Amino acid sequence: MTTLLDKLWSAHEIRRSEDGRSLLWVDRHLVHEGSNHAFAKLATRVASIAEPGLTFGVVDHYAPTRGTTASPAIAQMIKTLESNAKRHGMTCFGLNDPRQGIVHVIGPEQGLTLPGLLVNCGDSHTSTHGAFGALAFGIGATEVAHVLATQTIWQSRPKSMRITVSGNLQPGVGAKDLALAWIAKLGADGAQGHAIEYAGDSVRRLSMEGRMTLCNLSIEGGARFGMVAPDETTFAYVKGRPYAPSGQTFERAQVYWETLKSETNAEFDLDISLDAAEIAPIVTWGTSPEDALPVTATVPSPANLSGTNAERVAAAIDYMGLVPGRALTEIQIDQVFIGSCTNARIEDLRAAAAILVGRHAKVPGLVSPGSQQIKVQAEAEGLDHIFTDAGLEWVGVGCSMCVAMNGDHVAPGKRCASTTNRNFRGRQGRDARTHLMSPAMVAAAAVTGYLTDVRPLLTERNAI
Amino acid sequence: MTGWTEHRGLAAALDIANVDTDQLIPARFMSTPRSGDYGQFLLHDLRFDRNGDPRPDFPINRHPEVNILIGRRNFGSGSSREAAVYALIDFGIRAVIAPSFGDIFAANSINNGLLPALMSERKVTDIITWLDGDSAVFYLNIEKRKIMFDDQTISFTLSDASAQKLINGWDDIDLTEHHRPAIMAYRAQRAKTQPWVFPAQETAG
Repeated sequence: MTTLLDKLWSAHEIRRSEDGRSLLWVDRHLVHEGSNHAFAKLATRVASIAEPGLTFGVVDHYAPTRGTTASPAIAQMIKTLESNAKRHGMTCFGLNDPRQGIVHVIGPEQGLTLPGLLVNCGDSHTSTHGAFGALAFGIGATEVAHVLATQTIWQSRPKSMRITVSGNLQPGVGAKDLALAWIAKLGADGAQGHAIEYAGDSVRRLSMEGRMTLCNLSIEGGARFGMVAPDETTFAYVKGRPYAPSGQTFERAQVYWETLKSETNAEFDLDISLDAAEIAPIVTWGTSPEDALPVTATVPSPANLSGTNAERVAAAIDYMGLVPGRALTEIQIDQVFIGSCTNARIEDLRAAAAILVGRHAKVPGLVSPGSQQIKVQAEAEGLDHIFTDAGLEWVGVGCSMCVAMNGDHVAPGKRCASTTNRNFRGRQGRDARTHLMSPAMVAAAAVTGYLTDVRPLLTERNAI
Repeated sequence: MTGWTEHRGLAAALDIANVDTDQLIPARFMSTPRSGDYGQFLLHDLRFDRNGDPRPDFPINRHPEVNILIGRRNFGSGSSREAAVYALIDFGIRAVIAPSFGDIFAANSINNGLLPALMSERKVTDIITWLDGDSAVFYLNIEKRKIMFDDQTISFTLSDASAQKLINGWDDIDLTEHHRPAIMAYRAQRAKTQPWVFPAQETAG
């Protein structure tokens, strides 16, 4: 009867208050430059943080990807994090650290993220770490200050939700398409108040990179938590990582990790099923991740809709500069971006490179690997040359053009095919137009200059 | 944070769905210290044109004295940036009424004394239709979970835990301090049964 959520929740619950909130123990607290508000708040309250050994800092949101920092204010954000880390005696992966990278990439990479842990970070994409069977969720600055001061967090238990995906994903279709497919179906608020467990044979066959992409995007459907029960794929990924247990301790841990799954007869507050075979490569056309359609579809017509939904769609089409009823593949792009905590892991870079090798991009673009280690690995595999030979820029590591805080941004009115997570108005820069899609689909768009179905490009490649 | 139970103020509609936190405050303003006025950044790119001039027809420009916002579904979705709440608070907003809220935004609101009042899509539509682009004086009461305006009284939803926090203005750090012995006992037990959750200090770079 028990769900994975039940098991993780009760394993971390220290107290439950009369009003139903739980006081939960936090195993890992990841902080970044944006955590400055929390440190400032804390400075007026307590002398030191509760658990410097469980707190890890990393420079990512404001990290420069091309040379020096864009402004003195940005340089100051980075300096503040590094000095806070030093003052409180916590480890910080600073700009020049070979372990630096996007927080949701380096947590798993360093073995800081493990099955069964509770992971907090002042970032909504913390759901990424749930791919390991961890209870991982994003928090605001007041909550960050609370975790720093007490290593605990007060939280009302979310409702349980399961998304089961069965069958084989088509070639050219991956975790990003899967995520956008359910968000399009349920809406950007479809999973609000819920913790999602992803299950089914299609999810089991995903690599850890794919599972991370899937869990990462949970928040775009409204869920603060996304999880996959750990299995052999998880254990193989974790083994040998710098902060992961080793030897007999690993074996002991694995015995416990194997218990972290929902019972077969467990009941969920919301239970959804998807057929993997029906999912095509997906792109977003509008200004919310729910505005997602198979690339073979057309731009929606507000005339066919009613009420506030018609108004919303019309406003999105206007902002995006589109024509209702026109094929999505007729949308011409100005640039591409491959990066972010959603899709900048080695597998993502390989998928994009597989399309770009021997081809030329018709538009400019940036490729920003998710961590220094991924950058090194990609370069060892020669992927950087594939990108630069195609005409794209191989740049440094950070959140970059996904959140447009470090100076990398899309210019007003320009249209970007992007592997990121949010197509919100102004997300990639003021008046920027973002189309979300998988790394392979971004590569295909780069090759043609239009939103493009990657599948024929894959077939051509196989025919060679 | 000071607690509050009731409020009488000017309400206006922000008739837009999916007002995400990137719209509530664009990322480029977030390196501003908290001592700065975040109210000037609220809905910046919707409120001001590219020359920085206010768009006269935008709701909060038409009703700069507004302190209760009526919003549409999925208000405050997206990033965890608490700065979105700072922008609302500094502008003077005390409550947002909407059919659904981003989970993290709702939590951040409670932590800063901003009321995220849930109301059905139909009731919200009725209010927006009644306001018809104007503003009106609303009274709201957290304890009773009610808003009153004109001759109408409408209920909203808010969890007991959230209501208590808003009313008492509690600071969780103080509250948690009372549980320190339980926390320390939990920690000791965890270290004993699952030692791997406490990572060894790394020796090699």
